[in-house]
Amino acid sequence: MISFDAVTKIYGGRRVVGPLSLVIPKGKFVALLGGSGCGKTTSLKMINGLVTPDSGRVVVEGRAVGAEPVSEAPSALRRRIGYVFQEVGLFPHMTVAENLAVGPRLAGWAAPRIAARAAELLSLIALPPDVGERLPAALSGGQRQRVGLARALAAEPAVMLMDEPFGALDPVLRDGLGQDYRALHDRLGLTTVMVTHDVMEALLLADRIVVLDAGVILADGPPGALLADHPDPVVRALMETPRRQARRLEALAAGAGHG
Amino acid sequence: MDDRFAAAWALLPGYLSQHVLLSLCALLLGLAISLPLGVAASRSAAVRWPSLFVASLIQTIPSLALLAMFYPLLLALSAVSVAWFGHGFPALGFAPSLIALTLYSMLPILRNAVTGIRGVDPAAVEAADGMGMTSRQRLLWVELPLAAPVIMAGMRTAAVWTIGAATLSTPVGQTSLGNYIFSGLQTENWVYVTFGCVASAVLALGADQLLGLIESGLSARRPWRIWAGAIGLLVGIAAALSPLMATNTTATYKVGAKNFSEQYILAELMASRLRATGAVVSTKEDLGSATAYRALASGEVDVYIDYSGTLWANVLGHKDNPGRAAVLAGLTKTLKARDGVTVLGAVGFENAYALAMRADRAKALGIASVADLAGKAPSLKLGSDLEFLSRPEWAAIRDAYGLNFAKQTSYQPTFMYRALADGEADVISAFSSDGRIAADKLVILSDPKGALPPYDAVILLSPRAGQDARLRKALTPLVGAISVSAMQAANFSIDRDTHKLGPAEAARDLAKSVGLNP
Repeated sequence: MISFDAVTKIYGGRRVVGPLSLVIPKGKFVALLGGSGCGKTTSLKMINGLVTPDSGRVVVEGRAVGAEPVSEAPSALRRRIGYVFQEVGLFPHMTVAENLAVGPRLAGWAAPRIAARAAELLSLIALPPDVGERLPAALSGGQRQRVGLARALAAEPAVMLMDEPFGALDPVLRDGLGQDYRALHDRLGLTTVMVTHDVMEALLLADRIVVLDAGVILADGPPGALLADHPDPVVRALMETPRRQARRLEALAAGAGHG
Repeated sequence: MDDRFAAAWALLPGYLSQHVLLSLCALLLGLAISLPLGVAASRSAAVRWPSLFVASLIQTIPSLALLAMFYPLLLALSAVSVAWFGHGFPALGFAPSLIALTLYSMLPILRNAVTGIRGVDPAAVEAADGMGMTSRQRLLWVELPLAAPVIMAGMRTAAVWTIGAATLSTPVGQTSLGNYIFSGLQTENWVYVTFGCVASAVLALGADQLLGLIESGLSARRPWRIWAGAIGLLVGIAAALSPLMATNTTATYKVGAKNFSEQYILAELMASRLRATGAVVSTKEDLGSATAYRALASGEVDVYIDYSGTLWANVLGHKDNPGRAAVLAGLTKTLKARDGVTVLGAVGFENAYALAMRADRAKALGIASVADLAGKAPSLKLGSDLEFLSRPEWAAIRDAYGLNFAKQTSYQPTFMYRALADGEADVISAFSSDGRIAADKLVILSDPKGALPPYDAVILLSPRAGQDARLRKALTPLVGAISVSAMQAANFSIDRDTHKLGPAEAARDLAKSVGLNP
């Protein structure tokens, strides 16, 4: 479980987050949705301590972020949390297998277990085993994104944080990888927080969507509820595009059926 | 030409091994300081700006001046160390050269380390942080491997600079490939000058290429290139340093010499006589006037030849001229009492500072003495060696006769004679034992007021050497043995333009001509 308790963050005199209070139960897939500058990435980074709140506190699995002993914080917390972001950030001087091994090495696994895990992860993301010997520069964009995802999963985290994880991909790859990840989320029983500005992606993948604007929650609910109706005009406008697209597709499909 | 090339080639192992040892130590020390500093600087702007500023500032100091600066500094530190701990350390030679070159090597390594680490892809850094690497793990696993090619490029620049600048360590008493260049410049032995330049250039380029191989191996992730470069470097270093392992390098005696032909010849003459006793002898050449005496007094050099007037005016600070015998007696007594330095005796000839002109020009202007010169000086140009104008002798003769030249220019001694021949100078500060006075048809202007003190060549012994019976026995036969004409002939044999001899050959001929048995 992840909870935000009246959390605020201020940059250069401007409050970019908060006050934000939010509870994300274990096993849920939550999307933080909003335009650029809405505070969604900052909120995400407060979960693994990459950003420290100015007030309030964030609790992950019963432990307050930043409350660990100085010797292990904040890296110890981050090792228990998978982290995927848009630039992927594969280490260019390491092979794919070495990239996949970083998390387990940090967690102190034994060498045979690390090697077995790398092979297991490659099959999990549906890449052939020989990809493990390649350098990231030799992969396609989609393959790199998959490896980034696998690397985040490598040390068997219970929580996954994803910042625009599929943003750099073309629409077909994007949808495919999104569906694959959603299946993994369910199978591994993960708790996932995904930041996105793409309404369709949030609607199709998440159990619950939190719409942020200027660092505060505008709407919070299951995709169906947000899509159906919402009192806030900004949220309604946000949902209008996918709704219109869905009606158009439906009309097209009906027309084709009649024709 | 062939002889000089062969002589230069024979000196190569000794010079090269010292040059490589010095450059290598300076680079390794520079790396050991600059790399951690570069890491700290890449993390914190409070470290970055001051450290880059200081490193850049060091780079703006001319390298020769930087090398020279550490001699007085180390001398003072050594004196403090003697006072506190009872023993000092050598202020000349390896130590000042190492410090100066280490400082000199820092900027490229530091700057490239900062640039390389700060230039690492922010996505890789964010991933490292996001995965929970500690700052140290991020540095060792991600930042340093990714910055390695850039840091290696800095190492290459530092290596080329350091190997080049190491040639300038010769004047502070460290043997290097610069010995060819400095002694060649003094004796107009262009074969030596060229040989020294080519040797240091080849060394620098070789090191650069091998480091370049490692750099390209790092950036292209080709381990064999890294290994080939590293093995090439190790083999090259081992080969260059092998003469140091083979010979016993602890010198029993160190003979000093200042930076002109006569000094090289006399140093070789003394060295050969000491070697004849079975001793191991090394020479420290190209010492400056003041440096040479301090090196002797502190025991870094055992013996060298200086000139009574120089010691009288510069070391003891006298402005008067009580006459030849009084100067010599005064020196013998005062140097012993003050510094423990022994004046073994006068060699027999005088090498006076004197003002000289071309004979034809002096005649045309009707100048025979410095007094005659004074009236014409405002329309004449004075050429001097590099130190004459800052010496008390110049002040003495200038004030005694009221000399006021239209222009004063300093030259290397060799070029000073050239300037006189070409008419760029009308009057020069010549040395009376110089072979070129007779050869170039120069006249020495008389000094009716006796403003310049006598300059008898005297053998000086360090406090330790003064107690050494073997050394005294080997060198005492030189006292009173060498006439000014014999010295002029020997000097000219290495200063002339054709059939030049090396200092060792000239010393051998001189010993023969004055009837000294080895």
